[in-house]
Amino acid sequence: MSNWIDACATDDIDEEDLIRFDHGSQTFAIYHSPEGTFHATAGLCTHEDVHLCNGLVMGHMIECPKHNGQFDYRTGEAMRAPVCVNLKTYPVKVEGGRVFLDLA
Amino acid sequence: MATRDYSLLGADARRAVESGLTAAEWYHTEVPRKVMKDLMARSDGPAIRDTILLYGLMIVFAGAGIALWPSWWSAPFWLAYGVLYGSASDSRWHECSHGTAFRTPWMNNAVYQIASFMIMRNPATWRWSHARHHSETYFVGRDPEIAVMRPPELAKLILNIFGILDVMAFVPRILHNAAFGPTAEEKTFVPQSEWGKVRRAALVHVAIYAATIALALWMGSILPLMVIGLPRIYGAWHHIMTGLLQHGGLADNVIDHRLNSRTVYMNPVSRFIYWNMNYHVEHHMFPMVPYHALPRLHETIKGDLPPPNRSIAEGFREMWPAFKRQMKYEDYFLKRDLPPTAKPYREDFHQYVPGHMRPDTNTAAPAMPAPTAAE
Repeated sequence: MSNWIDACATDDIDEEDLIRFDHGSQTFAIYHSPEGTFHATAGLCTHEDVHLCNGLVMGHMIECPKHNGQFDYRTGEAMRAPVCVNLKTYPVKVEGGRVFLDLA
Repeated sequence: MATRDYSLLGADARRAVESGLTAAEWYHTEVPRKVMKDLMARSDGPAIRDTILLYGLMIVFAGAGIALWPSWWSAPFWLAYGVLYGSASDSRWHECSHGTAFRTPWMNNAVYQIASFMIMRNPATWRWSHARHHSETYFVGRDPEIAVMRPPELAKLILNIFGILDVMAFVPRILHNAAFGPTAEEKTFVPQSEWGKVRRAALVHVAIYAATIALALWMGSILPLMVIGLPRIYGAWHHIMTGLLQHGGLADNVIDHRLNSRTVYMNPVSRFIYWNMNYHVEHHMFPMVPYHALPRLHETIKGDLPPPNRSIAEGFREMWPAFKRQMKYEDYFLKRDLPPTAKPYREDFHQYVPGHMRPDTNTAAPAMPAPTAAE
């Protein structure tokens, strides 16, 4: 069963960038890809729990600001050491200029 | 006075975890997101240019050295080649391990593998040790890359100007890696999933050295070793010199890189060899910024940092007396003044004194007054 949460406006995130979104006790990262699509992952790096929101988005990669580990934010796949564990991803939809996350 | 235990399996390693030091959040200078994004931007151009220049010069110098061998006229060319092999490889290894030198991943990996071989580091091990160095910079018992342990042993420092200790440590370690995989200490920071890579990389390195030694025996000459292996000794001095300045004489077990790292203005040749790692506070605070953008980062945040040393010589004049004081009082460290525009040092956890225990509670003792340079 879906649990769509209104996270932010599409204009809140520059293209090829991300923002942090906190909901309850959880933290997420929401991405705006170069193609204009939106994606969401867990907000903390799986290596050492560093917030990814200060990292660098390059194409479809998010690079952790602490140790430069990389994930494909579309799939959550760990792409570059020192990250070894994949990032959890969340479904996203855009309606009326707003970005929604499915936290079900 | 505390006695530090630098073993990665020792008492200070356990205390750093138990006290919460390893989980603490580091201080960062505030930089607007748009500015930081611009600073972090990757490109291949500068590193391709520098890599062509580096390897081109190495070929020219080694070629001249071989052509003039065994005349003493070859010596200047070997000295130049040696610095590029035994010192510039350190900075290339470093930047490419971060993945920031090039935008293209395979270029980072290719230069990383070559540089790791030249600097005599197992590429599959040191990637992880350096991640720990950034997470827990100069945490006693946790950081595997502490260059000068307290109390400093000046004889060892001088011996290592020629990389002697590094090479002596490397040989048994790479043989162990080739035979068995990572050592017990390496297993504390290398994930188990990577242990096979540690062994495979070591086998490649050992095979190349074995072939070089066999060629030297067949030729009855050390010339092959002048090209491969020995430059790590006769050309190490520059990376030892710059490496000591990174953290030497400064604080340990703190969570503010302005207290444990040093930025030093350097001449253009040293900056090429060192790939701008003289901006070391900046690098530790923002490791995602590529080497070629560090001067711009320095200009952006210098108002929040201690003033840099103005030359290598000035850095040593500051650091060397601190080493000598630490020989008598190992808790001593330099605490540089901040400019009026800076935020105060982050003092959390600065009271933690390694090796100093309350015998009754088995917890870290209350603060000992740490003397500073002003005293």
